[in-house]
Amino acid sequence: MELAHKIFVAPFWEMSGAPDLFLQVLWEGFVAGTLYSLIALGFVLIFKASGVFNFAQGIMVVFGALSLVGLHQLGVPAWVALALCIGIMFVLAWTVERVVLRPLVNQPDIILFMATIGLSSFLIGLGEFIFGGEPKTMITAELGLPSGAIDFAVAGGFVSLQKIDIAAAVMSAVLVTVLAVFFHKTRIGRALRAVADDHQAAMSVGITLQQIWVIVWFAAGIVALATGIMWGARSDVSFALEIVALKALPVLILGGFTSIPGAIVGGLIIGITEKLAEFYWGPLVGGSIETWIPYFIALLFLWFRPQGLFGEKIIERV
Amino acid sequence: MFYREAGQFKTDYRSDMAVFPILQDRIAIGAILALMFIVVPLVANDFWLNTIFIPTLIFSLAAIGLNILTGYCGQLSLGTGGFMGVGAYSCYKLTSIFPDVNIIIHILASGFFAAGVGVIFGIPSLRIKGFYLAVATLASQFFLEWSFGRIPWLYNYNDSGAIDGVNRSLFGIALTEPYGTPAFQYLVVLSIVVFLTWIASNLVRGRYGRAWMAVRDMDIAAELIGIKLLRTKLLAFAISSYYAGVAGAMMVFLSLGSAEVEVFDIFNASFPILFMVIIGGLGSLIGSFMGAAFITVLPILIRGAPSLFGFEIHAATGEHVQLMMVGGLIIFFLIVEPHGLARLWQIAKQKLRLWPFPY
Repeated sequence: MELAHKIFVAPFWEMSGAPDLFLQVLWEGFVAGTLYSLIALGFVLIFKASGVFNFAQGIMVVFGALSLVGLHQLGVPAWVALALCIGIMFVLAWTVERVVLRPLVNQPDIILFMATIGLSSFLIGLGEFIFGGEPKTMITAELGLPSGAIDFAVAGGFVSLQKIDIAAAVMSAVLVTVLAVFFHKTRIGRALRAVADDHQAAMSVGITLQQIWVIVWFAAGIVALATGIMWGARSDVSFALEIVALKALPVLILGGFTSIPGAIVGGLIIGITEKLAEFYWGPLVGGSIETWIPYFIALLFLWFRPQGLFGEKIIERV
Repeated sequence: MFYREAGQFKTDYRSDMAVFPILQDRIAIGAILALMFIVVPLVANDFWLNTIFIPTLIFSLAAIGLNILTGYCGQLSLGTGGFMGVGAYSCYKLTSIFPDVNIIIHILASGFFAAGVGVIFGIPSLRIKGFYLAVATLASQFFLEWSFGRIPWLYNYNDSGAIDGVNRSLFGIALTEPYGTPAFQYLVVLSIVVFLTWIASNLVRGRYGRAWMAVRDMDIAAELIGIKLLRTKLLAFAISSYYAGVAGAMMVFLSLGSAEVEVFDIFNASFPILFMVIIGGLGSLIGSFMGAAFITVLPILIRGAPSLFGFEIHAATGEHVQLMMVGGLIIFFLIVEPHGLARLWQIAKQKLRLWPFPY
C-alpha cells in the first residue's frame, strides 16, 4: 500500500504541488528530446535512402563537434572552421560511400550494421588521434550562440530557460523545416524519396544510387554537426558522448525507422518521459533510471505497433 | 592427397549422421583436442594463458551462445553482455549462499539464472523483428547493467560495489582467480567449453536446430509447417543466455578474479561478441572459436606490433591507432569475406579435397 502510494500518488501530488518545478523538468525533457530527435533524424535519413542501420550516427555527432573545436584550437576562425567542418562531413560521406557502402552493396543488413559499428570505432580513433582525447569546450560565443538564462515567473515560482536551449530548439525546428522543404520541393529531394521507396524502380528511371547515398550521408553529417554544436554547448565535447548514440536508438524504434515525423515525435516523447521518470520516480529505486527507462517506454509502444508509431506497416508474405 | 573421403563407406544411419563423418576430420579434431589439453598447458607460459587462451575460450562460449540466437535462430541481440553479467552475479550469490557446493556446479548452475532472465527479455521477439528487436534487446542490457550497480544485495553489500574473488578449489587444488594457477584454470575452462560445444553441436544438428533455422529463414513459413514460434524462439533465447551466463561466470571466477559492471557493458562485451559471431561466421560453431580468437588476439597484436619493429609510440596515441585499426580491419574483413572466417575454412577444405590435382 505504502509502495503503491509512492508510485501512483506521491509523484503526481508533488507535480501539482510545485508546478514551476514540473514545468522546469518538462522543459529539460523537451530540450533533451529535440536533441535525441536530431540524432534520430540522421539515422532515419540514412535508413530510408540506403537501408543501412547507421550506428555511427552518434559518433558522427561527436566527430563533427570535435573537429569544429579542434580546428578552432588550431587557430582557424570560428566561421571558417564551421565551413571546413561541413567540408569534412562531405569528404566523410563520400569516403563512406566509396569504401564501405559500395563494396558491401546487397549484403545482409546485419553485415552493413556491423560495418557501421566498425566505422564508429574508426571515427573515434581518428578523432582522438588528430584532435586529442581530452574533453573540450564548445566554442559557443565565437559562433554567435547566446548564453545565460531567462527566468519566467510561473505559478508562484520561477522557470529558468537556458538561452542556448532555446537556440537548440529553434535550430532543430529550422533544420527539420529545411529538410522537409528539401525533400518535397527539390529535384534531388524527389530522387531521394524515390530511392527510399524502391531502389530498383529508382534506378530504372535513371537515378544514380551512389550519388544519392553520398548526398544522404552528407545531409546526415550536417544534421550530426548541428546536433554536435548544440549538444557540445550543454556539456563537454568528448567521445564520452558516444552514449548519446545509444539514447537515440529507443527514439528510433518508438518513431519507426523510416519516418521523419516519427523521429521528432519519438524524440520528444522519450526526452520528456525520461526526465519526468528520472525526477519523480527515479529516487524510489536509487536513481539513474534514465539509462533504461526510454527502452521500456519504446517497448511498450512497440508491443502495440511493432513497426513503431509512424513506421511503414510490415507486410510479410510467404 | 591425404584429405579424401573416397572409400569411406557409410553402412548405417549412425555413421551417416556423425558429427565428423570423414576419418581425417576425426583424426584432426582428436589431434587438436590433444594439443589443447596436453601440449598447451605444458608449453604456454602464464602470460599466454591469461591474456590469450583463457579469454579466447570464454569468449568463444559466449559467441556460441549468441550464434545460436543470431546465427541459427535469426534473432539479432545486442544484450549478450547483460546475460553474461547475470551468470556472473548469480554465480557469486550462489558461492556465498552455498559455500560448500563445488564451484563447477555453481558455474554450470548460474547459467540457468541467465537462461531465465533471457526468456523474460526474449518475449518481445514474438512481436518485434529485425533491428527493432536488436534495439529492444538493448533494454535488457541497460536494465541489467543498472541493476548490477544499484542492487547491493547482488554484490553482497561490498564497499567496492563489485564482485570480488572467492577462494574455491577443485580436487583439493585452488582453482579460482586470484588463488589458482593459470594452467589449472585453463584446463577447467577448456573442459567446460568443450563439453558445452559438444552439446551445442548436437543441438543445432537436431530437431531444435532445424526448427531454429526454419524460423531464421522465414518465421511465418516456419509457423505454417507447424513449428511453434513461441517455444522455438524462447528456447533459443534460453539456451543462448545459458551459454552467455556460463561464460560470464567463468570470466569472473576463472579469469578476472573480480569484476565491476563495466566488464559486461555494451562496448566491452555485447559488441565485441557480436563482432566475433559475424567475423567468425553466422551459423557456424567453429566460426565462433575463430572469431573469438581473432577479436581477442587482434588488439594484443596491434599493441605489440610497434615495439616489434623497434619504435615506441605514446600510450594514448597507441590506443587511438588501435581503435582505428580495429575499426578499419572489421570493415575490411566484412568486405573481403562477409560470410566470415568459417567460410574461408570451408573453402580451404574444399580446395584440400582436390589438392594437388584440381579439375
